[in-house]
Amino acid sequence: MGKEFEIVIGLEVHAELKTATKAFCSCSTAFGAEPNTQVCPVCSGFPGMLPVLNKKMVELAIRTGIALNSEIPEICKFDRKNYFYPDLPKAYQISQFDLPVCKGGYLDIEVDGQTKRIGITRAHMEEDAGKLVHQGDITTTPFSLVDLNRSGVPLLEIVSEPDMRSAQEARAYMEKLRSILLFAGVSDCKMQEGSLRCDANVSVRPVGQMEFGTRTETKNLNSFRSLEKSIEYEARRQMEAIEDGEEIVQETRTWDEEKQVTRSMRSKEEAHDYRYFPEPDLPPLKISREWVNTIAAQMPELPEQARRRLVEEYGLPEYDAAIITLNPDYLNFFDQCISSYKDAKLVSNWMMSELNRLLNQNNMEIGECRFKPADLVKILQLIDDGSISGKMAKTVFEEMFNSGQAPELIIKEKGMAQISDESTLINLIDGIIQDNPKVLEDYKNGKEKAFGFFVGQIMKASKGQANPGVVNKLLKERLSSSEM
Amino acid sequence: MELHQLTIHELHDKLADREISAEELASSFFSRINALEPKLRAFLTITEEKALKQAREVDKAGKYEGLTGIPFGLKDIFCTRGVRTTCASKILENFVPTYDSTAGRRLEEQGGILLGKLNMDEFAMGSSTEQSAFQSTCNPWDLERVPGGSSGGSAAAVAAGEVPFALGTDTGGSIRQPASYCGVVGLKPTYGRVSRWGVIAFASSLDQVGVFSRDIRDCALVLNIIAGKDPLDSTSVNLEVPDYTSFLDGEVRGMKIAYPREYFQQGVDEQIKTTVMQALRKFEAMGAIIDEVSLPHSEYALPAYYLVAPAEASANLARFDGVRYGLRDFEAQNVVDMYSQSRSQGFGNEVKRRIMLGTYALSSGYYDAYYLKALKVRRLIANDFDKVFADFDLIVSPTAPTPAFKLGEQTGDPLTLYMNDILTVPVNMAGLPGMSLPCGLVNGLPVGMQLIGKAFDEGTLFKAAYAFEQNTDYHKMRPVLGVK
Amino acid sequence: MALTIGEVEHVALLARLALSAEEKHTFAEQLGSILEYADKLTGLDTEGIEPLVNILPVFNVLRDDEVKPGSLREEILSNAPLLEEEQYKVPKII
Repeated sequence: MGKEFEIVIGLEVHAELKTATKAFCSCSTAFGAEPNTQVCPVCSGFPGMLPVLNKKMVELAIRTGIALNSEIPEICKFDRKNYFYPDLPKAYQISQFDLPVCKGGYLDIEVDGQTKRIGITRAHMEEDAGKLVHQGDITTTPFSLVDLNRSGVPLLEIVSEPDMRSAQEARAYMEKLRSILLFAGVSDCKMQEGSLRCDANVSVRPVGQMEFGTRTETKNLNSFRSLEKSIEYEARRQMEAIEDGEEIVQETRTWDEEKQVTRSMRSKEEAHDYRYFPEPDLPPLKISREWVNTIAAQMPELPEQARRRLVEEYGLPEYDAAIITLNPDYLNFFDQCISSYKDAKLVSNWMMSELNRLLNQNNMEIGECRFKPADLVKILQLIDDGSISGKMAKTVFEEMFNSGQAPELIIKEKGMAQISDESTLINLIDGIIQDNPKVLEDYKNGKEKAFGFFVGQIMKASKGQANPGVVNKLLKERLSSSEM
Repeated sequence: MELHQLTIHELHDKLADREISAEELASSFFSRINALEPKLRAFLTITEEKALKQAREVDKAGKYEGLTGIPFGLKDIFCTRGVRTTCASKILENFVPTYDSTAGRRLEEQGGILLGKLNMDEFAMGSSTEQSAFQSTCNPWDLERVPGGSSGGSAAAVAAGEVPFALGTDTGGSIRQPASYCGVVGLKPTYGRVSRWGVIAFASSLDQVGVFSRDIRDCALVLNIIAGKDPLDSTSVNLEVPDYTSFLDGEVRGMKIAYPREYFQQGVDEQIKTTVMQALRKFEAMGAIIDEVSLPHSEYALPAYYLVAPAEASANLARFDGVRYGLRDFEAQNVVDMYSQSRSQGFGNEVKRRIMLGTYALSSGYYDAYYLKALKVRRLIANDFDKVFADFDLIVSPTAPTPAFKLGEQTGDPLTLYMNDILTVPVNMAGLPGMSLPCGLVNGLPVGMQLIGKAFDEGTLFKAAYAFEQNTDYHKMRPVLGVK
Repeated sequence: MALTIGEVEHVALLARLALSAEEKHTFAEQLGSILEYADKLTGLDTEGIEPLVNILPVFNVLRDDEVKPGSLREEILSNAPLLEEEQYKVPKII
């Protein structure tokens, strides 16, 4: 085993911008419609059709640029990227080549407690292609089918600098970018619906070497996991190839989710020559500073700001604040709890332990929860006033997560309320003591264990509903009162 | 006078005075069309049934305003809802659009009645209409000669009295040159004056919709209707449309008219030079000030045009891929073959040649030398015009270097054919309005002079052209269909 | 100068045109002579000249983000050469 290698990673992320209509026509962008029902002659590439630019698309692109600390140049324009593919109806994609809407920028990631700044090269607007599906079994069918509902959906392609050095950093970048896009309200970032997609440029070089190695581009990464796994695989493949004296070929590869390998997409076709040229059907954009300032003024709270707020205003640990600000729905949940419940750390603990565990178990987003932040607050208040124990609360919470029922109702139906009423408990305690004169004797002779025995018996008799704190207090009082 | 010899305004008076009905008018034109078409072959599709139905509805309403009940023809590059639109190409032989062009729709909304679709060079690429995949159209002045092109069907139909007026498109002279060859008025408005929506694109930064008519008043009437901002065409300009008939005052006193010396060289027929010089003297006699000027980069316009136009065309024509409409090769076993075979069977030679040329000019390694260079030359050409227009109101030149040539005479060397555009192409490169107006006969064939105006100053073209028309009889010349 | 057959084949592949041997030969000659004519531009000094991309002094032509009904499916698909399950059918992409 020879040299040590360094991995160099740059990511190209395609985010679907959250507009109601497509980039260049007024068709709906809603996900999941029947094939070819959200199309018109423009987005189906019919003869004589012309694009008209969606204002919202431009505003969301500018907003993203501001959130990513990019420069928004005064002039930007569109270009045609030419290639033939059945899901690309005009056989060119309207994109931006040399004058993109955002130039430069950065975001900060945390890995192993260290902050690292990842540079952003550019972000440009473009239109999505349609969807190509194989008819029947991929290995035997001679045909594919084209649905153009997605064709013309507005995208922002965000290109990073090759600043990442591990799969973990790439994942952290992607997570951070996603949280910024979500907080800025520019994209839904639903990876499973394809509204956030990622291509990874990966190369390796011996540690200490200045020049980059030859890179490959892996497409089709539609989860954080596949991003991480594909980079690990691809880097290992390249290292092994170099060790074996092979040359790395600059090429496009695809991630095979099933076999967990990257595979070359090389075909005998020509090397791509996209023949970019300025789109003559669209006048250029002049982006005034007033426009940029107006958009900046309307910027929602971004993850960094929210994190600082959680630390400074509520005294949350950095770690908690970072987790809560990964997703605006999550933060919103926290903020709503905190508006009627003062112990922020306790709320945070519950969100990060119980809530997160159940969300992960059920593969759900927080937005899909069937209960409200006020319901969690209610549970916390019930613990505080002694109505339920901490242990019961977890059971109630899980039941509430699953059924969406109000906590009081769950407690009532399951008869889970805690018995704190002193006269009830005194009756119970006195009965147990009278039934066990021998143990009482032991207790009086100084056997500490006897106290524990009484508590156990009381809890058993109350089916666990006796408030342990109150039981402790009362039991001590009863045992020390001399008449026993 | 017979109906087919009358102008729009004369026909309108007859309808308004109830001398004839719209149905009678349409029927009389169809009789004329049926009688002439075997010789002329200007129409690709005749919409008799639809037209007569529309005419009857007009008569039923009984209100004759503007264009109500006036027949017209459209170059077969204008998409027509429910009416086959071929662009004179086999690839669109059976294409039936589900939408109307904005220009065509505006005419129909004003009560105009479409009689049919007119022949052209395939995808507007040609100067003789011989590049039509279906038929050659003859020049009504001499049936052995071409009508010019690419809008040859429109020019021939208006000249022969098959329609009172027609729309065409002009990318490098495709309205003005055939208007000159056929002895009719042909106007290419300023780029951006008329919507291109629903007009099958050839070269998007050069294409412009325009008018063929018998006289200047008709031309102004039609432009009044089709000009103006269209929200569906981002390059149509939001400028007020003046009433162009208000410029028809017959007055040119004090008007400054320039004639560029370069337009009287470049292989222009001596008799044409003389004819146009006589027209200039006429303007002078009417009180205009005429002077010779130089447009020094004129000789570079044609080579630059033959890079810019094919480059844009190579992208515009890429959508004809046999997937969503148009000719499809069903034998092909893979997608690349399906594209290549469908396109090769569907496109004619000239179209293939220009797609190849444009693809080459945009391809990696040649972009700067060809495409970018041509765009810089385009700037120089536009600057030439700006300088002249700082001192002059109008530029006058011959429209074409020769009168109509014989069918089959120029089908060999493509470059020879391209030379026909040498006097018209610079106007498209600069985006200016240009008009061809009959100004005499050479060997019994009509000759046009070209009037070039400032951007969006069609008014001055109308003013000068109308004054010329009032003082001459060339607009009253009518061909006798036969062979010279 | 004529293009090489290799160049013609490369361009034809980019443009998705299937050319016969004879067409390749003709295009090699014709494109060569047109490009030779275009080489006339090379002699012209364009140092410092801004390429003319947009002839109109127009910027920011934008549309509001309001959904309008698209085409009826059977209408937009009516010109398709080959359909299945309301989708365009093409040879398989590997």
